[in-house]
Amino acid sequence: MDALDLARWQFGITTVYHFLFVPITIGLGFLVAGLQTAWYRTNKDKYLRATKFYGKLFLINFAMGVVTGIVQEFQFGMNWSTYSRFVGDIFGAPLAIEGLLAFFMESTFLGAWIFGWDRLPRKTHLAMIWLAAIGTLLSAYFILAANSFMQHPVGYVFNPETGRAELTSIMAVLTQNTAVTAFLHTVTSSFQVAGAFVAGISAWLLVKGKSVDVARPTMKLGMITVLVSSVLVFITGDMQSRIMVQQQPMKMAAAEALYETTDSAEFSIFTVGTLDGAEPIFTVGIPKLLSFLSTGSADGTVEGINDLQAQYEEVYGPGDYKPVIPIAYWTFRLMIGLGALAGIFAAYALWVTRKGATPKGKWFTRLAIVMPLLPLIGMSMGWIFTEMARQPWIVFGLLQTSAAVSPGVSAAQVLTSLIVLTALYAGLAVIEVGLLLKAIKVGPPDKVDVPEDANSQNDRVLTFSY
Amino acid sequence: MELTTVWFGLIAVLWIGYFILEGFDFGVGMLLRVVAKNEGERRAIITTLGPLWDGNEVWLLVAGGATFAAFPEWYATLFSGFYLPLLLILVALIVRGVAFEYRSKHGDTVWRERWDLAISISSFVPALLWGVAFANIVRGVPLEVSELGNVEYAGGFFNLLNPYALLGGLVTLTLFLTHGAIFLALKTDGPIRTRSNEIAGKIGLVAAVLAVTFLVWTQLAYSEKAWTWIPILGAAGMWVAGLAANRVRREGWAFFFSAATLLLAVVSLFSVLYPNVMPNIDRLLPGLDINNASSTDYTLKVMTIVAVVFTPIVLVYQSWTYWIFRKRLSADQIPSPESGTLGLEEVKA
Ligand code: HDD
Ligand code: HEM
Ligand code: HEM
Repeated sequence: MDALDLARWQFGITTVYHFLFVPITIGLGFLVAGLQTAWYRTNKDKYLRATKFYGKLFLINFAMGVVTGIVQEFQFGMNWSTYSRFVGDIFGAPLAIEGLLAFFMESTFLGAWIFGWDRLPRKTHLAMIWLAAIGTLLSAYFILAANSFMQHPVGYVFNPETGRAELTSIMAVLTQNTAVTAFLHTVTSSFQVAGAFVAGISAWLLVKGKSVDVARPTMKLGMITVLVSSVLVFITGDMQSRIMVQQQPMKMAAAEALYETTDSAEFSIFTVGTLDGAEPIFTVGIPKLLSFLSTGSADGTVEGINDLQAQYEEVYGPGDYKPVIPIAYWTFRLMIGLGALAGIFAAYALWVTRKGATPKGKWFTRLAIVMPLLPLIGMSMGWIFTEMARQPWIVFGLLQTSAAVSPGVSAAQVLTSLIVLTALYAGLAVIEVGLLLKAIKVGPPDKVDVPEDANSQNDRVLTFSY
Repeated sequence: MELTTVWFGLIAVLWIGYFILEGFDFGVGMLLRVVAKNEGERRAIITTLGPLWDGNEVWLLVAGGATFAAFPEWYATLFSGFYLPLLLILVALIVRGVAFEYRSKHGDTVWRERWDLAISISSFVPALLWGVAFANIVRGVPLEVSELGNVEYAGGFFNLLNPYALLGGLVTLTLFLTHGAIFLALKTDGPIRTRSNEIAGKIGLVAAVLAVTFLVWTQLAYSEKAWTWIPILGAAGMWVAGLAANRVRREGWAFFFSAATLLLAVVSLFSVLYPNVMPNIDRLLPGLDINNASSTDYTLKVMTIVAVVFTPIVLVYQSWTYWIFRKRLSADQIPSPESGTLGLEEVKA
């Protein structure tokens, strides 16, 4: 493998890994804020215990999101220096703005929330978790605007003198429809992920009969979050599909393994055939759905891979403009399928626990355990689809990935960092999952001292310390 | 003033913020096992950083992001060039963050011992390497123009390990150690406070010798301006004042002066560097300066507006959290120091 392949592996591994923690942070931040607000309003002990319990899990997760994020900030320069030079004028701005607006907010207010239980008035303390949660949304917005520029470059001119892309309108970059829909889709799916996290854990506690008074309402909260966000994820995903067909038609064709341009195209759910889908032997599909999804009309025309390849060759010169078709095809299906399954499970769980019933039995326990994994894996599939089906471009139509790596960095160097980071991440994954499982086993605290207001004494014992 | 100069200054400001804030984090981390004699003291020490360390680290992230936005060429050449040292720093920062959050979750002593060791080492590595990296930037590195017309790093890993740069590393290491000890003396009570105060006095002297040698070397070998003596002498003066304040146990003043030293030290390095951002080791060959490394005027304008509007807001709320957590901590404030914060011990029982 050369430096390019290694750098691609490294980027894929580190980014997907970072993005396992991020959606949990985004969604769970709001859910914990909601629980604390419920306690603030009602003064009911169970909401405080729920806040403390999920707050603890939130923090174990957040720590990983933070440390893996640091790598992201620097690896553009380390492994993708040609890319950084080429788009730095445009791409650097949202990244810097993200740091200044969002990361400071998240880290500062979360610190004040964790350690502020007995240092801040109740209302101010509640505001801390809300501010941190809003910070995560800002963070998502700016990073997705940056990523959307890679999917669909806008607001720039190419300067032939310097050979670089130059920014002409920051508003175009920040407000283009690609960015807005990516944000809506990512945030709604983050809620699905976090909802499933809460729902699964609470369902498990419920089956085990632990802190039932906390587990029951939080399970309901989680399941409803999953159910509602499933619907929203589907709606926003549909918006994204339409935009994608206009902006990156090859991606949609790859997602469907649709080789020939077709009217009234069917959406294939499942295919058995050659691995790249070139010759299907057996398919299950829904007639006309693909045309409808892509164009809004059941009889619309969907362009096929072969036609697009020919078109691209005319515009961009000879080359292979096809992404890896089986990966695009299957990741797209898994994203949708796993998310849909989570929605169905949530509806089922709400049904069997209605009117205070407590399900017993193996199946419900199993459901509780797989629940958090479904949307989480679905989300990773979505990202792998988005990024890999854009290939060979790193910035669509402007710069190819093969031209974007750091010329001065040797394969040995990239290999070193790939091995070091992957091994470190694997080790940390074991530790973090271990801690999460232990915290879940302990369950919500049986009783918590209601934190006193700000006027604590200097020599008083802290409610929370490292 | 040209916007490129403004951004050169702003990036210096971000590094100043980073060195002052995460500088004491590193110092405290390295001193953890030296200053604390029991579990309660260790946890009190880590808790002084608890609400602050992540916010402090964001200064680095914003410095990185701002360099990317304002000087993409600098960002690209620097980070691809200093590849392995940067990897080491990243690994250390990853381990450190996780260690703070996870070490007290368990009551188990082996678990805690390991994380404590991790905290010390992962604070040591960046404290040393940031100095090495900055010294190399000021000294200049081998650079060459690539086929695409880009200025790329042309040295290897060992080019970075020259005597001047290693001295730079020892300077940041000892400055951060002292700064961290002063911070602990300011933020704790009881025996930790006394011990930190003594340690600050001792390491402070070593730091003084190293830092003065380094800054004078910088001025004589790499500066083309006479006026850069001013921040250098200022830094030396502030350090003396800081050590004096530490001796009479005026911790607030001692911290103020050690922060001022770090400020002036970074100012010295950036003033010597200006208008270059990454000079060639052979000054006659092409290097990167604020003009050939910068973004377009439009991007700089956008970024200036963002920075002018939001930096003051950030400063206000970050200072506010420092104010909320201003009280001194001591070992007897830590709730049941021997047990883990996840409450695992209750399960075993
Ligand atoms: C649990 C998560 C989840 C679920 C259930 C779905 N998605 Fe999704 N999808 C994502 C999580 C996600 C994501 C990981 O968040 C992506 C990656 C990039 C992005 O913006 O969102 C994504 C990307 C993404 C893209 C690529 C956009 C682009 O590359 O420009 C499309 C077209 C869709 N989705 C469409 C859908 C449709 C039609 C869905 C259901 C009917 C759907 N998604 C369910
Ligand atoms: C601002 C946000 C992002 C940027 C700038 C970005 C940029 C890149 C870059 C530079 C590559 C290397 C090209 C390549 O390997 O083919 C890449 C690939 C990849 N990225 Fe992204 N990415 C972003 C967001 C994400 C996110 C959030 C994820 C998933 C969690 C992700 C997943 C991947 C994957 C899986 C690859 C590998 C694709 C391949 O190797 O073919 N990316 N992206
Ligand atoms: C590939 C590009 C990415 C870069 C450069 C990046 C950078 C970072 C950095 C530096 C942090 C640590 C912040 C801290 O110390 O508080 C972080 C955390 C975070 N990032 Fe990323 N990130 C990337 C992808 C994403 C994406 C695509 C999103 C959102 C959709 C995202 C959302 C977050 C959030 C919410 C956090 C807070 C901590 C946590 O999630 O646990 N990041 N990121």
